[in-house]
Amino acid sequence: MATIELINVEKKFGSSYAVKPMNMTIHSGEFVVLLGPSGCGKTTTLRMISGLEAVTDGQILFDGKDVTWLHPSDRDIAFVFQFFALYSHMTARENIAFPLQAQGEPRDSIRKRVEEVAKMLRIEHLMNARPGGLSGGDQQRVALARALVRRPAAFLMDEPLGALDAEFREAMRAEIKRLHIEQNATTVYVTHDQIEAMAMGDRVVVMSAAVVQQNGTPAEVYHDPANLFVAKFIGSPGMNLIQGHYADGKVALPGDNRYTVPADWHTAIHEAIGRDGDIILGFRPEAAHISASGPIATTVYTTDLHGSYTMLHLELDRDTIVDVRAGRGTNYPIGTPARFDLDPAMVRFFDPKTEAAIHKGGNP
Amino acid sequence: MATRASAPNAPVTISTRVDKVGLRPKVTRAIRALVVVILTVLILLPVVWMVMTSLKSPSDVVAVPPKIIFEPSIESFIFLVTERVQFPTRQEADEFRARDDLKWYEEKVAERGQKITRVGDFPKQLRNSFIIAGTSTIFSVLFGVLSAYAFSRFKIPGEGDLLFFILSTRMLPPVAVTIPIFLMYRELGLDNTYFGLILLYTTFNLSFSVWLLKGFIDEIPKEYEEAALVDGYTRLQAFRKVVLPQAVTGIAATTVFCFIFAWNEYAFAAMLTSDATRTAPPSIPSIQGVGRIEWETIAAASLVFLMPVVIVTFALRKHLLRGVTFGAIRKG
Repeated sequence: MATIELINVEKKFGSSYAVKPMNMTIHSGEFVVLLGPSGCGKTTTLRMISGLEAVTDGQILFDGKDVTWLHPSDRDIAFVFQFFALYSHMTARENIAFPLQAQGEPRDSIRKRVEEVAKMLRIEHLMNARPGGLSGGDQQRVALARALVRRPAAFLMDEPLGALDAEFREAMRAEIKRLHIEQNATTVYVTHDQIEAMAMGDRVVVMSAAVVQQNGTPAEVYHDPANLFVAKFIGSPGMNLIQGHYADGKVALPGDNRYTVPADWHTAIHEAIGRDGDIILGFRPEAAHISASGPIATTVYTTDLHGSYTMLHLELDRDTIVDVRAGRGTNYPIGTPARFDLDPAMVRFFDPKTEAAIHKGGNP
Repeated sequence: MATRASAPNAPVTISTRVDKVGLRPKVTRAIRALVVVILTVLILLPVVWMVMTSLKSPSDVVAVPPKIIFEPSIESFIFLVTERVQFPTRQEADEFRARDDLKWYEEKVAERGQKITRVGDFPKQLRNSFIIAGTSTIFSVLFGVLSAYAFSRFKIPGEGDLLFFILSTRMLPPVAVTIPIFLMYRELGLDNTYFGLILLYTTFNLSFSVWLLKGFIDEIPKEYEEAALVDGYTRLQAFRKVVLPQAVTGIAATTVFCFIFAWNEYAFAAMLTSDATRTAPPSIPSIQGVGRIEWETIAAASLVFLMPVVIVTFALRKHLLRGVTFGAIRKG
């Protein structure tokens, strides 16, 4: 299994950047998810790693070896495509055997290896079918088998579950994760689905507008987003972000609310925006709890029942609505007042000018 | 309509479904069948007439009114492949017939008072047609596939202009350039050569085959080749093992169309070929009978000429049917 390093890798189409110079190390055996909205450069990054797309500048290293200008077939990688890319003129068995035939392996060992992989993915009974006759989930299993059969140095997956129905997607997500653990293979996985990214990745690389916004564990990108984009993009709904004005250890919020900033934040905030300035307060819906003595007064705008919990949409003033998670026991009629408090460990602050998060331990 | 207009709120009691409006299905089906039968008869009648004529004896061919029922004869095909002379006198003919070393076809001819002098020109002309049409079809499709693939997959500077240029070669009716091409060919020594006609037909067909095949190759997702590339194949191998099998329908359709054009082409063949390289189309109308116009021989020649196209089309019919409707329906 390989360690993949990107050094100042960039891709330009004409004069516009598809990927601005980026640095990234994917450690051997790691499952890294490239996450971002469509057109953010995540697929281009993956294709540059595979060699299907040439870099405009920069270097790509596999285990320290420069592969920047190596042909895809010489990189020892496997690629799983969103639309499977199974050859419709071959049976499932022939599809899976295809990469091994490229290496000129003897027939017997190809047959043995194909059987092995088929067993691992539980598709032995489909081996003589043509891709056209298989369900989406089974097609993707065959495509995964084709990727696995060669024991490549790295797996690159481009939205492999994007073309599947919701029910298959959940099952396949578990299967891919399980395969990764069994194979301990370096995997780079592209998706626009943040739930998928959080569920599968050892590390999530959030991209937007051709730039890496944050590179961290799922917990890091969820709890400590590096900037407003990540805060909004991760989580459903995203982080609540309220425009406010900071002065004297307090944040003035819309609707004449005042929130007392926990004391351990003061230094960091003063460093970032000074003792008096605009600030953005951020918190996850589960960081707030409804309490009659809470400092922030709101009106119930609507409520959604989510089975195990209720999501309240609370109005601070006409332009500011926040999402707050509450137990499903209580009823919150629309239009009634509600007050909430915030878990001091789970509030975050952002500088509205740079859109970057303010870090308690000093800004890097 | 008038009653409904006067009572806008009255329930609609007649069906407005399009498929229920009109005649009952049985009647519609009968009419449809009738139309198909009439069209089939209209299209096949000349072919049937040709087949009948080719099987008639010289006297039946010119019989008035035309005979529908007649004794079939294969004389016309013997005439087609032989060169003959008429015996000057009845006596000589009878003497010739009396010989007992005659082959069956010589006897047939002798019954008409004729003698076979040598093998006719038609077999050679047919062979020329095969060589020229076949080779130019192979080149048209081969070059067509390669350039269509390049246009479809790579960023080529001036791609749009190049494609337009290729198409523009078809905007002029070929007949309009016959004289210049004739002069050019004579100057270059390309007239009356296989190479000359093969070059010409390949050029004519190439624009067609590039455009048609580009459409087919565009439809093949490029992920197919990319999958093959990362699986350890070179681009050429990926092209051969993945793209070609997927494009077989388009290749078959293109082959048929190119072959039909090259096989049927008349004007240039008439002008640029003479004895040695003359192809079948310009030679059929100029078949000269012995002492009369041999309609049955002309019919036989046309029939023989028709067969290769029928066979090729029939052999590739499955691909062709998908091929001609291809592009009409685009999947997402």
